[in-house]
This record gives sequence, C-alpha cells and structure tokens, in this order.
Amino acid sequence: MHPALQGLLTITSVVAVCFSYYYLSNWFLDNVFLPARGKYSNRNVNLANQIRPWLFLFPALTVLLVYLAYPVFETLRLSLTERHAYGDEWVGLANYAQMIKDQKFWEAVSNNMLWLAIVPAMSTGFGLLAAHLTDRIGWGNAAKSIIFMPMAISFVGAAVIWKLVYDARPIDQDQIGLLNALYLFFGGDAPQTWITKPFWNNLLLMVVLIWIQTGFAMVILSAALRNIPEETIEAAILDGSNPWQLFFRIKVPQIKGTILVVWTTITITVLKVFDIVFAMTNGHWNTQVLANYMFDKLFRANDWGVGSASVMVLMLLVTPILVWNVNNARKENQ
Amino acid sequence: MLARRTNKGIVMDNLVGHKSSLRWTVHISVAVLVILWLIPTLGLLVSSFRTADQISTSGWWQALVTTEQNLIMRTAKPQAQQIIDGKYVIEGMLFSSEKSPAIQAWGVSSIAIDDYIPGETAKLRKGGEISLRGDGYYRMASDKPFKGSRGTRVFVKASMPPEFTLDNYRNVLFDPDNVSGMAKAFLSTLTVAIPATIIPILIAAFAAYALAWMQFPGRALLVAFIVGLLVVPLQMALIPLLKLHMQIGIGKGFLGVWLAHTGFGLPLAIYLLRNYMVGLPKDIIENSRIDGATDFQIFMKIILPLSFPALAAFSIFQFLWTWNDLLVAKVFLFDSSGQTVVMTAKLVELLGSKGGNWEILATSAFVSIVVPLIVFFTLQKYLVRGLLTGSVK
Repeated sequence: MHPALQGLLTITSVVAVCFSYYYLSNWFLDNVFLPARGKYSNRNVNLANQIRPWLFLFPALTVLLVYLAYPVFETLRLSLTERHAYGDEWVGLANYAQMIKDQKFWEAVSNNMLWLAIVPAMSTGFGLLAAHLTDRIGWGNAAKSIIFMPMAISFVGAAVIWKLVYDARPIDQDQIGLLNALYLFFGGDAPQTWITKPFWNNLLLMVVLIWIQTGFAMVILSAALRNIPEETIEAAILDGSNPWQLFFRIKVPQIKGTILVVWTTITITVLKVFDIVFAMTNGHWNTQVLANYMFDKLFRANDWGVGSASVMVLMLLVTPILVWNVNNARKENQ
Repeated sequence: MLARRTNKGIVMDNLVGHKSSLRWTVHISVAVLVILWLIPTLGLLVSSFRTADQISTSGWWQALVTTEQNLIMRTAKPQAQQIIDGKYVIEGMLFSSEKSPAIQAWGVSSIAIDDYIPGETAKLRKGGEISLRGDGYYRMASDKPFKGSRGTRVFVKASMPPEFTLDNYRNVLFDPDNVSGMAKAFLSTLTVAIPATIIPILIAAFAAYALAWMQFPGRALLVAFIVGLLVVPLQMALIPLLKLHMQIGIGKGFLGVWLAHTGFGLPLAIYLLRNYMVGLPKDIIENSRIDGATDFQIFMKIILPLSFPALAAFSIFQFLWTWNDLLVAKVFLFDSSGQTVVMTAKLVELLGSKGGNWEILATSAFVSIVVPLIVFFTLQKYLVRGLLTGSVK
C-alpha cells in the first residue's frame, strides 16, 4: 500500500476510533454503568462525574506516560547497564566513568556551555532590539515578518542556507560564499574554510540558531512591550527621561518576567541543538555538542550505556528549568 | 480609547518626533536587521535558479548583472583522445551548459591566463597544441598520445550575462530517474507530517477540556506534570521507544513516527489548548450545564468551535515541527530500503555526498523550505497568537 494512502487511512480510522471512544465511553458510563435513574440516581450521577474526567484524560495520559515518562526511567536504567548478547548487565556508574574519560564528551560539554552563554543572550537581545524598533515605524509589521520567517525553516534547511554563506573557494577563483567575499573585500589575505576553523566555527554554527530564534524572541517581547501601561511611560517622559533611560529603566524592568521566559525557552532549545551541528560539521573540528555526541554513541557506536548516560546529563541540565516552570505553573493555578 | 491614542501620539512625538535624526536611525537600523535576516535565504533562492557553472564560478549576488570572470575549466580526460590523420586529438566543448559565456581571452598557464584570444592556438607545456573558439569549442592535437588521468586546465576570461533557469527544479522534482530522490522524499515528509499533526490535536483537546473545565482531585498536579514534560528532551525517548516499537511489532516505519510525534507534541498541545480553554466565558458553559447538556455535548458543540484559534495555532506548530524534524524521522522511520527518507534526512545526505553540487543542494533545500514558508506567511496570525498563549500570561 502506498504510504500516503496508508496515512489517509490512519487519519480517518484514528479520528473515528477517537470519537467513538469518547462518545461510547461516556454513553456507557451514563446509561449502563451508572445510570441516572432508579433508587441510586443521585449517587450514580456524582460517581459518574468523578469518573468522567479520567475518560477524557485516559488516551492522552497513556500516550504521555508511555512516550515521555517511561523513557525517562528506562534511559536512567540503560545508563546503568551494559548491553550484552546474553542480556543486560548492571554495571553501576561504569558508563558514566567511561564517558567522563572521553575527551569528546568534555568537548561537547564545553561547547554546550559556550552555546548556552551566547545564543540565548544574543537571540533575546536582538529580539528585544527588533521588537522595540519595529514598533516605532509604519512598515514594522512587514519587517517583523521577515525577521520571524526563519522560524518556519527547518534547522537542516538553515544549515544549507548558511553553508552557502560560509563556502570557501581556492584563492584564484571567485568566492561564492558571502562571508569569504566580504572577508576578502575588507582586506582578508586568503579565503578561509570557516567551518573547519576551531572556535570560530562554533560561533558560526551559533549564528544559525540565533538567526532562527531571534524572531521568536521578538514576537513575544513585542507583545510584552505593548502591554506596558502607558501611564508609566508618560510619567517618565514628563519627568524628562531620554529614550535610553525610558527603554532601559522603565520598559525593560517591566517586562523582566517575559524576558526570563524567552531566555529559558531558548536555553532549552539550545541544550537540545542537534540538527544544525549534525548537518554542518557532524561534530568535527571541535564543534561537538551533547545532543550530537549522544546520537553518535547511540546510533553509530551502538553504545546505549554511554549514550544514555549523556542523555541523563542533558536531562540534568534541563532539570532546573523544569522545576522553575512547574513551580510557576503551580503558583498560577492557586 | 481615542484619548489614549492621542496621548500615545504626544508621547511618540516627544520621544522621536522632534528628533528626526533619531527617527532615521530607527528606520535604518530596522532596514539593516531585515537585510541581514533576509540575505542568507535570498542567496539560496537565487542560487537555485542558476546553472551549476554559474553557481560554482561566481557569487549569487553577481547573478543580476553581466560580469567578467576568470574561470578555470578542464578539457576532457586523455582517455577521450582519438587518432585523426595520424594525430592524437581531443575535442569538445569547454562548458557543459547550452549557452556558454562569451570568451574574451584565454590561456593555458596560471601565470598568463589571458595570453590568447579566441581562435588562436597555444602550445601545451607537455607537448602538442590547443585551439579554442569563442563559443567554447576546443581542439587539442599532438603527435604523441596525451597521458595522465585528468584533463588539461584552460584559463578563460569571459563575460557572463545574467541568466536564470528552471532546470534545477525540473531535475530535482520531475527527473524520472529521481537521482536526487527529492520527489519521493517530499511525499514521505507529507505522509509523516499530516497524521502526526491531526492525531495529537484530537487527543489533546479532550484532555485539555478535562483539565480546564472539570473538577476532580489531582487536577493541579496533572497540569504541573504536563508543564514538566514540556521541557523533557526528546533525546530521552529515542532508545526506550525504539526498543518498545521493536518489541510490540511496530518496528521502524510511518506508524512509529506518527506515534512518536504524537507523544512528543502532546504536552505542548494540552498546555496550549488548556490555557486557551480556561479563558473561555464561564457563563456559556455553566448555562448549558444547567440546561442539561452533558460534558461530551458541551465539548463538541461549544468548546471545540470556540477554541478554533488555539487549535489552528497548535496545528501550525506541530505541522512545522513534524515537517522540519530530522531526529525523530532518522530514528523511527529510516529503514534499510531507503524508500522512506524524509526531505531533511535527504538534505543532510546531499550535504555530505554532494557538498559541492550547489545547484542540487540549493534547489532541494528550497523545495523542502517552501511549504513551511507558505504555511508561515498565510497563517502567521494564528502562529503569533499561539506563541503568546504558550509563553506569556
């Protein structure tokens, strides 16, 4: 069967199954299991109303438990075992010990830290700048669309786009990469193969993610800037503050919460960055990052133990943000 | 409202109005940002309409004007030589495309690249001679056989008129041999993305309704649980789920990808939809409850239609995410038959194997980018609204 047909069939059958599940389970609850008639009518209605939420939640919870919660524990277990032909062997922290001795792992960790230090800050900064400036001009919305556009482009697509920018040709030929053309134009001596130059190549890979994430930061910060009560701005102007003071002393403090949300959201994206590195350098030339290190271990070296251990490191890095998010959500619900 | 507007006007005038230099700075800064953000994509787009020769010999920014360029071309390999009238001869066209640039001067040594004009004959260092016509036709002749494995280098100074072609797209999309494999990959991506977008919405909508409008113990805890799952790296799930899929017989294939995408998309779907549904007017829902509507009816007849903007927002997110995804497809879909490669995986493959073939690469990349871009530009309103529900409250 053609996969497209199979897809169509799956969609219709899943939709049908879903609706009949919700409809029939509700019907069964109300009419057969706990009918709202007879001498237990009231008790039945109350009981049914306590059960009903779980009917609505059941499919979603099952998927969440199987596809997200269970893997966390299974990965933890895998990181503590060694896979053999005859079965899994419990090895304690041996995988972690092996990983810590791996120089590539430390390269990945230090690069990830570099990414964390630069990308969220730059994306949020550019986003704030773009949000602030585009709100002041007539063609601001068109400008916003353009800056937001890379959000729709896949990381791999972006990698191709930027690889053309970074392309290098021998010195006796015309450059086709914009970066080298500019480099030579501004007095560079010879075209550089940027992607293979350690340290600089890391920054150039980060540029790709900053280019993608700035639009996201801009959209959210722009909405936050518009929500600032005008009275505070008017008061500041009457008190004679200049545009710089107005921006940094009045506006930015009022959207601090939103800036933090944007910052942490991008931080999570950065921690998980995989496609860009995988497509552009595959971790060569000192550009390894954790997510790509993990992919290397899991699917090329077939070493599930060390691979899972490196995923646990990733999870550990995400945990503070997870706790912070959960706390915020609980505060709001109270 | 009107008063506020005027106030704002005054505020703005005070801010930038009387300082027109500042206003210009704003315009110019935004213009610079826009150009910076647009140029990389523009480069790829322009390149996808150029021939292989053009892309590899000049920057895309030169594509719009006639330019004079120094090219290094190679003649055919010595294997192609024939014996004509007792001489060893290699002949052919220097440029592979139909229209060749107008050659102004040429040479056979890198120190003297413009020693000859078209029609002249040059002596070759290794023996024999070569002549070159203005249209790119060359003829090498020698008394002794040509040796070596590579063709002879010819340096050409030529003016290239601007020229665009749709051939790349024809090759990538409609080539019957499907060398690039993009046509098939396009279908695979589509087959992944659509069910992977629809299935989670359906499941999430019911759950979101329960979390927003039904009272039951443990609700707050569940919401917190879902918020927590929002940031769990999906890398966590790869090996355990692949193992699970293998054990229960799903294996690698479309079904596995759909399920995986459903699982990974669900926390965001529930979170977005719940945030939106909580804000729906309480009166309508309670009135219909009093009128005897069941929760199922309320959900189907009131909540679902009213939640359209949130449903649309999530669909766009999920569609973009599944269309653009590489990792999930690589792990759960990629099988040895090679029949089910998605476009992102294909692009990575092309980047590796045909790193220099920019005409195929640029065109393929654009084919994969164009659908998300259309979705993005037509439905941007919903996307922005969804982002705001998701992160700002």
